[in-house]
Amino acid sequence: MHLNFLDFEQPIAELQAKIEELRRVGFDNEINISEEIARLEEKSRKLTESVFSNLNAWQISQLSRHPQRLYTLDYVELMLEEFHELHGDRGFADDPAIVGGLAKLDGVPVMVIGHQKGRDTKEKIHRNFGMPRPEGYRKALRLMRLAERFGLPLLCFIDTPGAYPGIGAEERGQSEAIARNLLEMATLRTPIVCTVIGEGGSGGALAIGVGDRLLMLQYGTYSVISPEGCASILWKSADKAMLAAEAMGITSERLYALELIDEIVPEPLGGAHRDRQEAAANLKAALIRNLEELRRQPIESLLENRHQRLMGYGIFEETSTS
Amino acid sequence: MSWFHKLVPSKIRTEASSKSAVPEGLWSKCPSCNAILYRSEVERNLEVCPKCNHHMRIGARKRLHFFLDPGNRMEIGETLSPVDPLKFKDSKKYKDRLSQAQKATGEKDALIVVAGLIEGRPVVAAAFNFEFMAGSMGSVVGERFVRAVNHCLAHRAPLVSFSASGGARMQESLLSLFQMAKTSAALARLAKECIPFISVMTDPTMGGVSASLAMLGDINIAEPGALIGFAGPRVIEQTVREKLPEGFQRSEFLLQHGALDMIVDRRDMRSKISALLGLLMSDRAASSAPAPRFALVEEPQPETVGAVSFDPVMANVLQNGD
Repeated sequence: MHLNFLDFEQPIAELQAKIEELRRVGFDNEINISEEIARLEEKSRKLTESVFSNLNAWQISQLSRHPQRLYTLDYVELMLEEFHELHGDRGFADDPAIVGGLAKLDGVPVMVIGHQKGRDTKEKIHRNFGMPRPEGYRKALRLMRLAERFGLPLLCFIDTPGAYPGIGAEERGQSEAIARNLLEMATLRTPIVCTVIGEGGSGGALAIGVGDRLLMLQYGTYSVISPEGCASILWKSADKAMLAAEAMGITSERLYALELIDEIVPEPLGGAHRDRQEAAANLKAALIRNLEELRRQPIESLLENRHQRLMGYGIFEETSTS
Repeated sequence: MSWFHKLVPSKIRTEASSKSAVPEGLWSKCPSCNAILYRSEVERNLEVCPKCNHHMRIGARKRLHFFLDPGNRMEIGETLSPVDPLKFKDSKKYKDRLSQAQKATGEKDALIVVAGLIEGRPVVAAAFNFEFMAGSMGSVVGERFVRAVNHCLAHRAPLVSFSASGGARMQESLLSLFQMAKTSAALARLAKECIPFISVMTDPTMGGVSASLAMLGDINIAEPGALIGFAGPRVIEQTVREKLPEGFQRSEFLLQHGALDMIVDRRDMRSKISALLGLLMSDRAASSAPAPRFALVEEPQPETVGAVSFDPVMANVLQNGD
């Protein structure tokens, strides 16, 4: 069992292990086995291609939460220049589950806001597994208003299992904090590009996810409730998460077909974490292109388009007679 | 068994033994204090227990009927009906759940919007029907809410909404989640035009409804003892693994923590909201606003409530109707 590989990747992991072993043997014995290694690597690539060309929703859900997946601060480091992190909601606390700050994207000053998960156990706890409390959303709102005032485009990165379900969070108005952001983002007078980079978990994701463009990484997910949560309510068993993931249509492909997202940002073969540079380069290119389009629009028409886009969400039937 | 009973045909015997003199539904039990209550008295009391003041759940039609002036009512968005865009199926098909709910409630979806008058003042009132799939918000609920807002914008009429919902409707997945953004964006327009929105949270107001339209009132009101929050108490208990404080997520708790302006008894709701609207829409606001021009159409009254006045006389009619 290889920890850096998911269940369905085990055949690839075994092949990779074999290649590693051959390399070691070749190094020790000074025998030229590079041909064999090249053959195996080609085989591994083909195998990865075939496994990844046919992923189901549950497998993609696992990829979106992969322990090595790139988080907001990874993309900030790989894509942006001059990042200055800004802290605190000015009312109660600084929530480490949401990060934000000033930076430059391809030379253009921007405001960045994103969910942040932790890599090791200690940091995971510090970041509360990427589950924000109300002060996180209020910090985000403060930074949004700052961006509006100084004419900075806003980049939001979504990657959370959901808003934190805790006693203190409820006491301090989790619902209100989320709702307020939805309302404010709808009319914020600056271009907003949101990207689901990992897990888009419900209202906790949406609270920094309203804007002019919604991009999604190829192996990201976005849903109204986690597959486990949906399964435990509708199937009365969290074990049915696989079925729930399929039923809810949480993948970039299905959401694109439903016209709920604007663009799928392709990931390197095997997922973003297999080639961090390429993943970041793909996202950077998409952000630059979208931002350029948005910045060309006069602010009033940008806001009107955003409003119409929000009003367009929903599929229903209407009969002409009352 | 005596020889006589053996002689009597079974049909007659059965008839003789069924001598229940009390018709069905004449009495009901308060779910809070367990008092046995005379049904018509409960209805006269707007479904509030006369013994302990427990506010029982109440259907949307009934609520709107109590709230608005008699006559002069026009339903908004009644031509909309839900579809199943994802072909969602858990243990049951979404389609079947929908038709079951439609049959049980006689409504097409969980939100009912009616334009009418409150003490002579034009108002648009929206009410969630908890009986309809737990008052969950999907595409139709979102669209009806937006049309309510649009009607308010067109006629400069205030909006009053009564929430009773478990949250977003899982069976419409991300489409449901995005209704949160859609309804909030509509409310942003209302706020910009300085048209009041009064949000009344009733038992229960949770999840996606709480974290969008319900918390965005210019004035937030709750009925006594209503469960209001983002995450459900069970989820929180499982997450934090400790006992929840007494009264957690109840109206009184929210008032204490600053999420509400006031708690209002259902029997005072109409006069309270009318008074608040009177102050918010004082002369200056009223004179700059055009007179309401929408056609007021007589709304067919629900069968159970045929009364035309808002007073204890209602009870007699209710009793007859039931």
